[in-house]
Amino acid sequence: MTANGIPLGDVLLASGALFALGLAGALMRRNAISIFLAIELMMNSANLAILGYASTLQSVEGQIVVFFVIAIAAAEAAVGLAIFVAMFRHTETIDVNRINLLKW
Amino acid sequence: MTLPLWLVPALPLAGFFLCLFFGRRLGKAFVSAVGVGSVGLATVAAATRLIPYFSGDEGPLVETLAPWIRAGNFSVDLSLRLDPLSALMVSFVTFVGFLIHVYSVGYMKHDETDAGYARYFAYLNLFLFAMLVLVLANNFLLMFVGWEGVGLCSYLLIGYYYEREYAAAAGRKAFVVNRIGDFGFLLGMFGLFSLFGTLDFDSVFATAAADPNRYAPGLTLVCVLLFLGAMGKSAQFPLHVWLPDAMAGPTPVSALIHAATMVTAGVYMVTRCNVLFRLAPEAMGAIAILGAFTAIFAAVIAIAQNDIKKVLAYSTLSQLGYMFLACGVGAWVAGMFHVVTHAFFKACLFLGSGAVIHALGGEQDVRRMGGLARKLPVTYRTFLIATLALAGIPPLAGFFSKDAILAEVFAAHRQLLFAIGLVTAGLTAFYMYRLVSLTFGGEFRGSPEKAAHVHEAPRSMTVPLVVLAFLSAVGGFIGLPAVFGERASWIAGFLAPVLAPVRFPGAEGAHHLPHSTEWLLMGISVTVALLGLLVAWKWYAKDGGRTPALIAARFPALYALVSDRFRVDEFYDAVIVRPFVWLARVLWKVVDVLIIDGVLNAGAFVVELVGDSLRFLQTGNVRNYALTFLLGIVALLLFVMGGAP
Repeated sequence: MTANGIPLGDVLLASGALFALGLAGALMRRNAISIFLAIELMMNSANLAILGYASTLQSVEGQIVVFFVIAIAAAEAAVGLAIFVAMFRHTETIDVNRINLLKW
Repeated sequence: MTLPLWLVPALPLAGFFLCLFFGRRLGKAFVSAVGVGSVGLATVAAATRLIPYFSGDEGPLVETLAPWIRAGNFSVDLSLRLDPLSALMVSFVTFVGFLIHVYSVGYMKHDETDAGYARYFAYLNLFLFAMLVLVLANNFLLMFVGWEGVGLCSYLLIGYYYEREYAAAAGRKAFVVNRIGDFGFLLGMFGLFSLFGTLDFDSVFATAAADPNRYAPGLTLVCVLLFLGAMGKSAQFPLHVWLPDAMAGPTPVSALIHAATMVTAGVYMVTRCNVLFRLAPEAMGAIAILGAFTAIFAAVIAIAQNDIKKVLAYSTLSQLGYMFLACGVGAWVAGMFHVVTHAFFKACLFLGSGAVIHALGGEQDVRRMGGLARKLPVTYRTFLIATLALAGIPPLAGFFSKDAILAEVFAAHRQLLFAIGLVTAGLTAFYMYRLVSLTFGGEFRGSPEKAAHVHEAPRSMTVPLVVLAFLSAVGGFIGLPAVFGERASWIAGFLAPVLAPVRFPGAEGAHHLPHSTEWLLMGISVTVALLGLLVAWKWYAKDGGRTPALIAARFPALYALVSDRFRVDEFYDAVIVRPFVWLARVLWKVVDVLIIDGVLNAGAFVVELVGDSLRFLQTGNVRNYALTFLLGIVALLLFVMGGAP
């Protein structure tokens, strides 16, 4: 049970559902930005699971970790977007199916 | 003044290094001075030690320079030994070696580059060093070092004109055939060490002589193995094939290495080990038979050869056979005596043939010579003296030594061997006079340009010829036969200490013939030699070669067989060389290329194939990789949870 009365199981269920959604999006979408959003979703589902446990176990460290993750995710988003911009300039597309130079 | 003994071999060694490292830059004058000078100094150094030794009654002197190998109870020293036998060898090796070095200056000067000239003298000096180590060594191992050293120098000098295919092949052949003999020598040394626990001459011989019955059974094998070594080095049948080919080297080399010194190393070694051989009568019998066979075999071949050097090479084989015949019947002194006289007259003959070849600009075929007696008077006279000495005409050197051998063979009641020796003596006189009359007699048969070019050799070549011819004439007086008195033979008295007494029932003592028999034997051998000369004179000098041509035409198969040297080389080629080449090809084509390379290539091929198929997994599509990630993680989770819910 978390501090504000939501059962841990529900939190984990929501987290798992979010993760599954993100995973499905990451695997199915062809637009690189959509994939990127889906990955963000998966990351946040992980944050949610950590928060659930942290709240249940009365642990401040868990919540601090989540802050760090959010900060790093922001930085990572900047880097990722920069890569997409550079890629678009080069190939004029961000369809990942058409960016497959590194094959046999 | 007593100079240390090690100086004698060390001087040529120093000459070798000087010629090798500085000869090319400092030119021919420097090389001549160093190459000849070092040997000259060595001769002087040897003389200061030998002259007192020859006149006095000193026992064997042993000079130990340093311990060499110490391993457990095995120890070998670097030690040199001066006793009558080595003194005799050193005296003629240094002296004849010096003369041939002098001769080489004239022979090699014109047609060689500075580098080639330096290389030639470096090798020649190295050879003399190795030969002196061989004869001065005080144990079998050091002797073996010299033994291998002379073999190496022989190889290097035969292949001196290495840009000619046949010279390089001849050098290789000499080396390979000698390896067979060296292998026997090596095994013989192992046998000696296992029997006696030492390789020191004195200890081995003293131990063997003190208790003959104990060591005699093992010694037969050891002696046969040692003799195998002697057969290789002294070119006895069936290992004789390298010596005729060795004539591809420069002629002074043939004179020094392949006539006077190195090839007699086998005789020296057998004589040095006479104590051991006397305890192995079976080995002695084999030596006598093989020696006699080689003597007549080579003499027959020599009759039908047309290359001046080949005739002399087969003659050398034949005379070496004589020496081994002497050793085989226990006539050690006569054998060594013949070694010395043979060194004089055969060196003279080879140097004379060198002068002829030099005068004709490299021509070696006697069919394109003739009439050279007027144009090369010095060469002709010295060659004739040496020929008569070799043929055994009294009072020249060859008569005394050959007669001593024949008399001893007769006295040992080996009548068949005696007959073979006698026939060989007749053949020797025949083929030598044939050579003389074809080379020097009649009219010149070469091209007119060559005839105009013919000139007598320079002084540096004729002086050694004259000195050697003089020694061929008078060298025999060191071994007068017993009919001139019991102590007439200086060499027999001098070498007596080397022939230590052995108390063994099989070991034969000296045989004594009645003087009348000895006179008779002398008469017979001189008659046979004269007969040989006479037939050769009549057939070749008088009738101009019609009779031999007739005989050759009458028996073409026989003549072809003899002039093809009984096809021993062809036999070896078919029986040994070809199967070996075939085996090598099988090892190369099947074992190496097919099996070893095949296994490696098959491994590489499988890896390549797998890689080729697996690379299609790399689609380049990021989502495929992500899916693989997912599947991997799912599999990992299932594994970790072990299927538990």
